[in-house]
Amino acid sequence: MRIRMRHRGTRTSTAMIGLAGAVVLLLTAVIAPLLWSGRATVPDTDHLLEGMSARHLLGTDGLGRDVFYRVMVATRTSLSLALLSAVSGAVGGVLLGALSTLLGRRAQRLFSSLLAIWLSFPDLLLVMFLSVIVGVGGGGAVVAVAIAFAPSFARLAQTLSSSVVTRDYISAVRLMGLSRTRILVRHVLPNVAEPLILNTTFAIGGALLFLSGLSFLGLGVQPPAYDWGQLLAQGLDSIYVSPLAALAPGVAIVVAGVVPIFCGEALAALAGRRHVSTRKAARSTAASEVQCPELTAVGNHLLDVEGLRVAVPADDGMAEVVRNFDLRLSKGEMVGVVGESGSGKSMSAMAVAGLQPPTAEIRAKTFSVGGTDPRRLRPGPARRLYARSLGMIFQDPMSSLNPLMAVGAQLSEGVRIHRSLSRSAARQLAARRLAQVRIPHAEQRLGERPHQLSGGMRQRAMIAMSLMCEPDLIIADEPTTALDVTIQREIMKLLADANSDGVTVVLISHDISLILDVCERVVVMYAGRIVEELAARDVTTAARHPYTRALLRSVPTMTTDRQLPLATIPGRPPTRNDETAGCPFAPRCERASESCTETMPPLERTGPGARVACWHPVPTTTSARGVMAR
Amino acid sequence: MASTETAGRLTQSGPLRPGWVASPWLTFAARRLGRLVVATGTLLTLTFLMLHLVPGDPVRSSLPPGASAELIRAKRHELGLDKSLPAQFVDYVGDVLHGRFGTSIATGESVGSIVANRLPPTVQIATLAFLTILVIALPTGIAVAVLTRSGRRWWLDAPFTFVTGFVGAIPQFLGAVGLVFVFSVTLKWLPVAGRTGVASYILPIVALSAGLSGHLARIVRVETLVVLEKDYLRTARSKRLSVIRTYGRHALPNILTSVLTISGMMLPGLIGGTVLVESVFAWPGLGTTLVQAILAQDYQVVQGIVLLLGIIVLVTNLVVDVALALIDPQSSIRST
Repeated sequence: MRIRMRHRGTRTSTAMIGLAGAVVLLLTAVIAPLLWSGRATVPDTDHLLEGMSARHLLGTDGLGRDVFYRVMVATRTSLSLALLSAVSGAVGGVLLGALSTLLGRRAQRLFSSLLAIWLSFPDLLLVMFLSVIVGVGGGGAVVAVAIAFAPSFARLAQTLSSSVVTRDYISAVRLMGLSRTRILVRHVLPNVAEPLILNTTFAIGGALLFLSGLSFLGLGVQPPAYDWGQLLAQGLDSIYVSPLAALAPGVAIVVAGVVPIFCGEALAALAGRRHVSTRKAARSTAASEVQCPELTAVGNHLLDVEGLRVAVPADDGMAEVVRNFDLRLSKGEMVGVVGESGSGKSMSAMAVAGLQPPTAEIRAKTFSVGGTDPRRLRPGPARRLYARSLGMIFQDPMSSLNPLMAVGAQLSEGVRIHRSLSRSAARQLAARRLAQVRIPHAEQRLGERPHQLSGGMRQRAMIAMSLMCEPDLIIADEPTTALDVTIQREIMKLLADANSDGVTVVLISHDISLILDVCERVVVMYAGRIVEELAARDVTTAARHPYTRALLRSVPTMTTDRQLPLATIPGRPPTRNDETAGCPFAPRCERASESCTETMPPLERTGPGARVACWHPVPTTTSARGVMAR
Repeated sequence: MASTETAGRLTQSGPLRPGWVASPWLTFAARRLGRLVVATGTLLTLTFLMLHLVPGDPVRSSLPPGASAELIRAKRHELGLDKSLPAQFVDYVGDVLHGRFGTSIATGESVGSIVANRLPPTVQIATLAFLTILVIALPTGIAVAVLTRSGRRWWLDAPFTFVTGFVGAIPQFLGAVGLVFVFSVTLKWLPVAGRTGVASYILPIVALSAGLSGHLARIVRVETLVVLEKDYLRTARSKRLSVIRTYGRHALPNILTSVLTISGMMLPGLIGGTVLVESVFAWPGLGTTLVQAILAQDYQVVQGIVLLLGIIVLVTNLVVDVALALIDPQSSIRST
């Protein structure tokens, strides 16, 4: 919270600096020429090219004129020319862009490509080129800058209006039969005004720099008139003798160039477009605080995790998203973890796999992968341990594969590093694995990039990839959620096949029917906790927790009465802010009593391999109504 | 939503003739070539028209004040200015294709040889500046992104944003003046102007690259943060690759594709910036020559230089586009 406040503070102060700067600049532009234009032009022939003195605050130039007064007086010329050119460029450009939306499709295309060409040339070159045509001088420079700026505004107006035009309410007013011009003026322009104003503000800063540059080169304001750019050029000639004459106008240009940017930020903040902060509170407790228990003999468990807690940074300190998660896996098991989104099932799996976000904090009473606690290893050995014992399959195969790397290279890099296979051996293995997951023409596919594969094929390639290092355990995190239902079956079949080949599989899903199809054991999670664990075959008959029952009821089956609305679980899962001392499911639970909201029920063993955390578990004898018949 | 999009795309591309499938590469090449031709045509037209639009009569101003009408007519004929405008344009394009860019009215030297003399110094500092920008911005941006990822080391954020923002806000020619003041006038370490040896390259290159490095470093950081959050990076981590391999093999190429687009767009700005920076350092390049020619109303030289710089910009843009299309198979650039 503290950090957030600080951030917002910086933003407001930026805006304040910008506004204050703008006021000072404008006042100077108005007042300075009235007060000092005389003093700025009077030569003091006794004091040529002098440094700072009481008489001349910033010294004098080659003709003995006072630098300070000249810089102050020049504010008006520099600012007014910049404003004039930026605003006329913006107005001209917007008109151009807005008018182009009234053109036919072909003409619009031509217009866009001409704009693209125009925009691809350096602004400064355009400005110089135009000032040659318009004529060298202050007026010419303004026209040139305005013309050079117009296309970017035209492009902006075009993009913005076309994005607005395609919105629903424009179609609505179009249906009402309004004319195009009226739509443009009444409905399109107001919606694009804000980004345009913002860009005009930035353009003022840009115009100031261009005009100063032109004057600096001698192509802008001509003597006897003067602006900052010209003063800078004159000062540069005598920079050895009196550097202040060059530095003072330079500083003025920088300041006046930055002020519009700050003002733009202020405007943007007013418009409520806040940048998404990339930094969040990250107060990680020292690693030493993490309790590392003595290594215990863990028998033949592939994975043994007890009392796992995961906390991630939230607005006010750390929020625990996983509490007391346990998972013990033996060889050849297939276990499902089920829960609504936000129940902590993915986070638990990521923490188990050591892939939690870098700011997350993890504690556990027991944490062993293949008999070793990876947290006690150095990074290299820990990576090797994980690579050989655990493979991962993620939800969206499109985004989970590197778009720039050939499929074969992505498959084989793991074994090349962790099993020291040669390039060709790794390639052969990759081809075999692809064939194993029934990808046709596997050899040929190795050279292709992910986008050349279909969605189902990509996920099969992911499965092949997770099998490359021959791990004993695979964690599949919602492996079919992003896929078509038809492909879902194939993927589940492949996972089941891998399991019958002796690989332990942890399947994470929000879909309990999917898990009951293939898994032997089911872990039900709610609000970061395990609420029930039992054998899959018992779920339909012996599930004790009301939440598990509710999950089952929300699955339609062949026997579901289609006349009735599909059962849903009332309410929403708790968010991190809904802290409660009691059972987190209580607010949504039909069996909840007073005690449920006061104390959290412990996870208690109710039978062999069955645990439940509930004060009022559903009696086993009751057959759940509407439960899937299987 | 997705299905309507696909449908839209299908109808847009239109029915394909049976037996003939348009290779995306062919269409891409054809489009780019077409655009290059149109852009070059526009450039030629503009530079041609420039000579006719400039105030004053180039023929009169090239002759002594009391020149006879006869002499003026002869000169006009000699320059081909008595022909119709379209005919003159055809002459102009023909001349350009044959490498004839006219002669300087001020010095009588051929524009071709002026440009040939002045181009190398400009290309040198522009190229060196571009490399400097990449060498500074890429490692800095990536390092800061990795270090500050998901809220770690938040104290690094403000200094980075401030420094890059500050450096990026100083226009190149002002930065150049500041550099001259510090390193040439005050410290007397480096020459104040001219092209007199290796030391004289330092300040122009720093002046050209400092601001753009700041800009690019910020962009690189944002792009890196985006890539670091991608699912395929999580996949790479799940393969337990070394840190160097994870970032080098999986993150870097993806960062580079997006950064390449942006740095490509920076090139025109760099070319524009050289004009001003050259003027500060009296660098004997195209920029100073262009400014002198404009001031001397030596429009043949202006025309030649504008044409050349324009073509350089067009070619760099093309090279960047092609490079992008080659690197990134999914790049939308190929369909534009």
